[in-house]
Amino acid sequence: MAFLELESLSVNLGGRPILKQLNGAYSGRCIGLLGPNGAGKTTLLQTLLGFYPPTSGTARVLGHDVRTKIRALRHQIGYMPESDAFVAGMSAIRFVRMMAELSGLPEEAAIERAHETLFYVGLGEARYRLLGTYSLGMKQMAKLAVAIVHGPSVVILDEPTNGLDPAGRLRMIELVREIRDTHDINLIISSHLLRDIEEFCDEVMIMKDGHIVTYCNLEEERRANRKFLQLETLGEHEAFLAAVEGLGCECAVDGRTRRIKMILPETVEVRDLYEIANAHAIRIRRLEAKRDSLQDIFMKAMEAGAPR
Amino acid sequence: MAVYKRTYTRYTGSLTDERWRFAILPRFALKTVFESKLNLLLFIGSFLPHLIAAVLIYFRSHLDALMSLAPDAAQGLQFITIDGTFFLTIFIIETFTSFFLVAIIGPGLVSPDLGNNAMPLYLSRPFSRTEYVLGKLTVLVGVTSLITWIPGLILIGEQTSMVGFSWLSNNLRIVSGVVVGSLVWIVTISLIALALSAWVKWKPVAVASLFGVFFVAAGFGTVSNLLLDTRWGILINLAASMSMIWRWLFLGESVIRIPMPPFGTVPAWTGLLTMAAVCAIAIFMLGKKVRATQVVR
Repeated sequence: MAFLELESLSVNLGGRPILKQLNGAYSGRCIGLLGPNGAGKTTLLQTLLGFYPPTSGTARVLGHDVRTKIRALRHQIGYMPESDAFVAGMSAIRFVRMMAELSGLPEEAAIERAHETLFYVGLGEARYRLLGTYSLGMKQMAKLAVAIVHGPSVVILDEPTNGLDPAGRLRMIELVREIRDTHDINLIISSHLLRDIEEFCDEVMIMKDGHIVTYCNLEEERRANRKFLQLETLGEHEAFLAAVEGLGCECAVDGRTRRIKMILPETVEVRDLYEIANAHAIRIRRLEAKRDSLQDIFMKAMEAGAPR
Repeated sequence: MAVYKRTYTRYTGSLTDERWRFAILPRFALKTVFESKLNLLLFIGSFLPHLIAAVLIYFRSHLDALMSLAPDAAQGLQFITIDGTFFLTIFIIETFTSFFLVAIIGPGLVSPDLGNNAMPLYLSRPFSRTEYVLGKLTVLVGVTSLITWIPGLILIGEQTSMVGFSWLSNNLRIVSGVVVGSLVWIVTISLIALALSAWVKWKPVAVASLFGVFFVAAGFGTVSNLLLDTRWGILINLAASMSMIWRWLFLGESVIRIPMPPFGTVPAWTGLLTMAAVCAIAIFMLGKKVRATQVVR
């Protein structure tokens, strides 16, 4: 079942259209939101949080309409903003506890969960320190603690690895993966870093100029491209190509490098290619299975740019 | 199991009543406010006028007892009447202390949240902008109530217990003056303080701006009266407008004489109108700034 539904969602800010007629139902456990600066990623997230009212259309998260049921929705949502967000004169434990209470947790439960969550994100020893004295990495972790302290069903993370050193980044990735894998929770993660999205997410939404240009399941995308091969051969390959095409393969030859690109149908295995090559006295010097990386998917989306 | 050994779990327990969730902010804010020794000292010092008034009321009803202790003081006290003017005098002293308290506490309530971009964290929860402002307002109204109308009512209670209910029934106007006059004053200055701290995120500047609002407005009002040969400029002077309301409530003066050129009179209710307009402007200013995000046009 889709936890996020967009229905002709448009948002104008300062008189400019930022989100343009977004549609779709999304059910991924962890959705990565990608796009260049100004694509509308943060606006989409903040619209889901009810910070901006839709100009037209609507969005539903867990069945709650952002126009009419935002309060009910906010009980089930945790948000980690991109920029620094804290109160300098407060200790981490007090701040996280206050946020838990504002989410509706009774005082005792809020105290207990604030301690638990700060230990969970690795700030247990520093939980009585003032937030203003925290390093950038610690502030990121404190923001994560604030986002999850009330045990939400959906967690929205905006650039979670922003400003983290390699160790901090790994820790953040571990935590987010653990939350994703061990709990019944949906995550929406916005990031500029393709590597991070690949680490965290199973589905990717790519935005460009206020449109969703691609939405794909990373694993399915990779699986779909598993039969895409690139070959380098020695010898005259015309007869080889004809034989391979006879099996149902789609082939193309690069005129300059003479590399052969082919897509194998489900019924054909790589072993069959070697047998045909052998039969036609062709030597296969190199064979690589081309798998689309997230970068390829992203670049394709940016070039195509057709809105969904 | 020890807290540090527990991992992340979903919360499945009960939730608190949404109607009173705004009261969470004052609980946390008051702790921060009274962590400052200066604030605490100022707060305690604010009770001094009421303590003195309580002693005066007591000895005014027990002049014979005072006569045996300090005859000179007792003779001086004979000329004091516990009436509307007495309470108005205490009240005016209290407004100064409450103003200083609001000026010191107020700007520290909103500006740190806006300055550190904490609004998205507050407003991504089931917690509205109105509740946020209400919560912060409760801090100021609560603290100033403790040093204005609550001790004022205790003084009225003391006087009533000394001289009987007939005094109270003859001076019901004082009760309304203490409660309504205080609330109009503290709500107005609290809203101005919050609005200024939302717009001027630097605390010292916000404090200075609050003083500026009163002094600049007073000067502007007087200059307007002189230049335009009108008497309505007094309404720009917030302190004068408030004074009109208090005189109306405590002494029943529904028309106020302007004691400086171009002289003339103004109806006291126009003071209430000024305060309502100031509150509306402050709420508008808060509405513009207390948002999860600011849209850059």
